[in-house]
Amino acid sequence: MLQIDNLHVRVAGKDILKGLSLQVQPGEVHAVMGPNGAGKSTLANLLAGHEGYEVMAGSVRFLDRNLLELQPEERAAAGVFLAFQYPVEIPGVNNTYFLRAALNAQRKHRGEQELDSVQFLKLVREKLAILDLAPDLMNRSVNAGFSGGEKKRNEIFQMAVLEPRLAILDETDSGLDIDALKQVAEGVNRQRSADRAFIVVTHYQRLLDYIVPDFVHVLAAGRIVESGTKELAHKLEEHGYAWVAERQLEGADA
Amino acid sequence: MSACVPLLDEVLKQAAVGQPYFDGAESAWLAQLRQGERAVLAREGLPDRHNEAWKYTSLRALAQQRFIIGDSEAGQRPVPETELHLPGVDGPRIVFVHGVFRADLSSLQEMPAGLEVTTLGQVLSTGAASLRSWMERPIADGAAAFERMNLVMATDGVSLRVKAGFHIEAPVHLLYLGIDTDAKLAWHTRAHIELQAGAELSLVEHYAGSSQSEQFATVVSEIRMHEDARLQLTQIQHATEAVTLVRHEHFHLAPRAHVGMHTIELGGALVRHEIETLLEGEGAIFDTCGLFAPQARQHVDIRLDIRHQARDTRSSATWRGIADQRGHGVFHGGIVIERGADGADARLHNKNLLLSDRAEIDTQPVLEIYADEVQAAHGATVGQINEQALFYLRSRGLPLAEARRLLMVAFCREILDGIFPQSLQEYLAERLIKHLPLSMQG
Repeated sequence: MLQIDNLHVRVAGKDILKGLSLQVQPGEVHAVMGPNGAGKSTLANLLAGHEGYEVMAGSVRFLDRNLLELQPEERAAAGVFLAFQYPVEIPGVNNTYFLRAALNAQRKHRGEQELDSVQFLKLVREKLAILDLAPDLMNRSVNAGFSGGEKKRNEIFQMAVLEPRLAILDETDSGLDIDALKQVAEGVNRQRSADRAFIVVTHYQRLLDYIVPDFVHVLAAGRIVESGTKELAHKLEEHGYAWVAERQLEGADA
Repeated sequence: MSACVPLLDEVLKQAAVGQPYFDGAESAWLAQLRQGERAVLAREGLPDRHNEAWKYTSLRALAQQRFIIGDSEAGQRPVPETELHLPGVDGPRIVFVHGVFRADLSSLQEMPAGLEVTTLGQVLSTGAASLRSWMERPIADGAAAFERMNLVMATDGVSLRVKAGFHIEAPVHLLYLGIDTDAKLAWHTRAHIELQAGAELSLVEHYAGSSQSEQFATVVSEIRMHEDARLQLTQIQHATEAVTLVRHEHFHLAPRAHVGMHTIELGGALVRHEIETLLEGEGAIFDTCGLFAPQARQHVDIRLDIRHQARDTRSSATWRGIADQRGHGVFHGGIVIERGADGADARLHNKNLLLSDRAEIDTQPVLEIYADEVQAAHGATVGQINEQALFYLRSRGLPLAEARRLLMVAFCREILDGIFPQSLQEYLAERLIKHLPLSMQG
């Protein structure tokens, strides 16, 4: 579904990704872990189409298309979703209006029938229940005045409504207390399915106790230096990222 | 003054032969007043950009134009029914076409008790002294050339009065239309609005039309608010982009009078809108919110001049500007707290958004305080669209143009949300979206 090959990316003149490769198949959950500054957020934002990233080499294919050629809205319509590390507050834009406009824009792009307000509200009510979000949240401005936990849950709620093929969660656990973390994880787990894949970007292993990944990758210095199953996350937790740096050096020596 | 100013020459020529008075009513004092003001106009000419009040708005191109003053067919020109309505504005309707009152298009049959609507001509023919005192109000220096021109040239106007203690519930619709003709027309009209003690009125002042040929119009409104009177004024200006429109409002507020005003400026080629407010009575309140959005080659110049003259008076001004393409916006927010106006409270905020490299907004908050125990705050910013918010919306699937429009309407939300009647809020949000350019690049 997603195929990243030898990706080199530069941001503001600085090399951030240096030969990253990753393959994701439908139904899989991949965790990408790594120390601060390893390039995790760059990877997440790049996949969603954020401007300001210079691709120096390599390729990204998504469902047999060159993802890098697509505008952010085209990527969304193709099924890419990014849950932001810092969801943006947009005062004056109504949550319901925004989400319906977004969903219908995607559907239109795919040649599907747009939802009328009755159909949309029914969908919203279903999904709100899953995430235990207060319905009045929908009448507020997008993320404006939301607590940290509300913002993150709102991201997962949007994901539930938009039903992407590939969801990228960028540090969704940051700033959450344990109860909020469990709720968010529960929201994500309910959306796991055979044709949907996840990339879970995180610094800490904690989130992976609740969203159990099929694969764990360690990103360091712009490359994936280690891949494994969920046990790798536990090993990291035990030894810290310094351990990865050592392994990296050993690899370089060999 | 310079030798060749066709715009002014035409006015002076016509004024010399005697501009017909309102409805043809005879009046010696008005003839005399007009001749006097004509002489001042001839002497001072039009202001240029050396005049501080016209620093950002050049009149050079306008001054070179010739217009036909007054439209002899204004009383008969057909107007489509759809031009006459605004959603939720269902009170009496007063319609002017090219500055001429149209009884046939107006709707004044079911007049609420306490509301009097007549033309200035009718007022003049009954010799009402109030008209004279209002029109003889001194006009300032050369910066006010258009106010003076209006006084000299206005052929008609509305007189609107709410008697003491009456509350007019349904919003009154005052509509000025400029419609398409073969000629380049100039028209000048006035409004005299009086709310007596404790009276309340909701008024929608509306500029619209279909003119594709160039027009030049001036409208001067005198608004007198007696003690405890309340006015809710909504101004909607979506004239065509062939119209040059100069408006001047002159508010007088007696003790505890309150004006709440919302202004939406969308149309016009060259627009100058002056709002002059005298808070004369203790405890008087003036609130103005507004939005201007010059696109293409539109030039919109908003000028507030709010004077606190009495104790415990309050004013607030919240304005937003959006300029795109080669649009040019000017916002001058002048507030003076005069000696003796102790305990006054004045707030002014102007936020602006520039959407293209060639767009320009000049904003100038000016606060002068000569009194004690005053509270005042003012601020102005010019910024660009929030790229993070734009990316966020696009990442959810909204196309670029739609995401930008959503953010622009959001930027104006604070202004739109206060508009009365409420039914106009969505109507104006949609008009705003349509007004913003279709072809927007990333």
